[in-house]
Amino acid sequence: MDLSYGAEYERFRQEVRAFLGDRWSPDWRRDPGRIAEFRRQATERGYLFRNIPRRFGGSEQPPDVLRAQVIAEEFTRARAPMEPPGNGVRMLVPTLLECGAPWQQERFIPPTLRGEIDWAQGYSEPGAGSDLASVRTRGELVGDEWVINGQKIWTSNAQNCQYMFALVRTEPDAPKHQGLSYLLLDLRQPGVTIRPLKMITGQSGFNEIFFDDVRTPADWIVGKRGEGWQVSRATLKHERSAIGSAETYLQQFDKLVELAREVSRDGRPAIDDPLIQDRLAEIEGYVVAHKYSTFRQLSMSVNGRDPGRVSYMNKLVGTEIGHRIAALAQELIGADSLIMPTYERGHGVGNERWMNQFFGSLGVAIAGGTSNIQRNIIAERGLGLPRDSAAGGGA
Amino acid sequence: MNFDLDEQQTALQNTVADCLAQQLDTPRLLAVVNGDDGHDAALWRTLGELGVFGVTVPEAWGGTGLGLLEAALIAEVLGSRAAPGPFLGQVLTALAIAEGGTDAQRERWLPRLARGEAIATLVLGEPAERWQPDEWTLPAADRLAGRKTHVLYPWLADVMLVGTAGGGLMLVANGEGIDVERIPCLDPTRRLGHVTFTGAPAEPLAFDGARLRDAALVLLAADAFGGARRCVDMAVEYALGREQFGTVIGRFQAVKHQLANMATDVEPAQGLYWYAAHAFDAVAEDAARMAALAKAHIAERFLQAARGATEAHGGIGYTWEYPLHVWVKRAVFDRAYLGSPTIHRRRSARLAGWTSAA
Repeated sequence: MDLSYGAEYERFRQEVRAFLGDRWSPDWRRDPGRIAEFRRQATERGYLFRNIPRRFGGSEQPPDVLRAQVIAEEFTRARAPMEPPGNGVRMLVPTLLECGAPWQQERFIPPTLRGEIDWAQGYSEPGAGSDLASVRTRGELVGDEWVINGQKIWTSNAQNCQYMFALVRTEPDAPKHQGLSYLLLDLRQPGVTIRPLKMITGQSGFNEIFFDDVRTPADWIVGKRGEGWQVSRATLKHERSAIGSAETYLQQFDKLVELAREVSRDGRPAIDDPLIQDRLAEIEGYVVAHKYSTFRQLSMSVNGRDPGRVSYMNKLVGTEIGHRIAALAQELIGADSLIMPTYERGHGVGNERWMNQFFGSLGVAIAGGTSNIQRNIIAERGLGLPRDSAAGGGA
Repeated sequence: MNFDLDEQQTALQNTVADCLAQQLDTPRLLAVVNGDDGHDAALWRTLGELGVFGVTVPEAWGGTGLGLLEAALIAEVLGSRAAPGPFLGQVLTALAIAEGGTDAQRERWLPRLARGEAIATLVLGEPAERWQPDEWTLPAADRLAGRKTHVLYPWLADVMLVGTAGGGLMLVANGEGIDVERIPCLDPTRRLGHVTFTGAPAEPLAFDGARLRDAALVLLAADAFGGARRCVDMAVEYALGREQFGTVIGRFQAVKHQLANMATDVEPAQGLYWYAAHAFDAVAEDAARMAALAKAHIAERFLQAARGATEAHGGIGYTWEYPLHVWVKRAVFDRAYLGSPTIHRRRSARLAGWTSAA
């Protein structure tokens, strides 16, 4: 057991640090031109898009989770941009790499990596949430075009996206899971109506999208007709196999301790209150356990060993930690939790900013598979309990 | 970075697990549970032959000279099997003598402790929850006089490691000037007594009582993790076999979600005890705090898992005949022995500097 990175990785860290010192300044954070140029150089050095072939604009590096970890740490420290955020890089590109036609890969992957086009995810519908395979948005092949009618929902950032990847029912007579196709479509066309939904926070982050005879070329299908479900699973597999990091929660916890130093209870700093200390330490037990649990999973994966059932639990573990932090934060801010939080330049202000963390922790419990769906997955795949056919096996 | 066990560590853990899987079947465990001694001398010999007790003893004295992490890996397996016996005092007394003893003390005790031919126990607790070294009041003297409480297997011990006022430790060979009062122990896989010293000859040992306490907390945390995971496994196994309403109960979502919650509460804690043990061996600045946090967190997870498993079993889980209650009670022991979770969270808060004065 050795928690240092070792000489090879420390040399690599120095190399990354020197590159960032030379080529990046935090002052450029709002300059799209500088960011694009920086990403190009960082990719050339093998720091970004490591698992994407060079011919598509990636850096095609051999898999090395520790190098990836060092890069993430150093970029975060230098406040330098990594891969562009969003569904395109995170979901569509891996899907195209695994299931896409060569022309689709060549056409869509490079500009997505460069951040030139953004993608909306067209999965959920009003009647298809946890039971995603029951989507009803129809796609009919008319001549050399798909004609799409229906509605998608919870689509983040759709106003800024040019394209969408969507699950669409193209084989209405086939069984539920075999009737779907994975289509790409241009959102900037007549028949597409995007209606922002106001979220629990009062902000608008996601949308409803209505399709009224929307058209996309016949060959903008990924995989074959009726294979959409498997194609969409190919992406989820990537998503779920990601161990993720406890870093977010470690940082939130440190801020919670700072909050306890700042606010008062009974006329003295809350941090001196034994009850608050106890609750902080209780949460810290979960946070530190999660931290070393992710280290353990990462190392075991590197060593070719199976980390076991815990790999299905990471999302639920993080969700529960977020809830616990939110509960204590509300206790600490007291009457400030009565105030609706506001933003200044994207950052919350006042103690009521902790209510953003509260709402965020609620969102985490829903997005990307609700906690109850996670429990199905843990029970069935982690613990080997029988699959529930009615619930589609929590797939 | 490699936060994983090496081959030797994995092999060690597997060897002990295989041995217990073969030797300590349910009838044999229940024989100890229903017996008077809380000890299985034949199993103890077998574990001694495997080298389990020499894990913290240097090779020169007949052990394998490994660290607390390796001892904790064994403790996890013992917790998983609810193995009875004085393991905790055995390996920790050996650790203290190995690191802080004179050559004469080492020569006298280590080879025999490593083989399991001599038995050692920790004499730490005092009345009114004075578990922690800075709370001990027994005066350090050539001849000890005073009362210590909740000692594991004092009547079996050949040597006692005794905590004294100021947080020091002394070695006492069992014999004159020691009165032992057996008390009924809730955990049927362990046995307890109170000890009154009336002039027992004692030798000083140059090992810090606080560090010994930290090591004990780590081993209790590891034992608790093993027990907690076992409770989850037992509940899962039961849910796969028990039929109601015409199907196995593990098909019902209420049961699946309860078991998923139990497992999610328990599983991440393995890394916590690994790190606490590793910190004891190699990261001095984290050792005390992580030991406290690990014991507090994992002992609570164990008790929760044991409760959940009992509920999932229904009536059979409430019987003496079915062995699940053994883990319920072991969980209570791991939680309370050497101080409750609240006490260790308070210590952890103090060690973290969570005060406005800092």
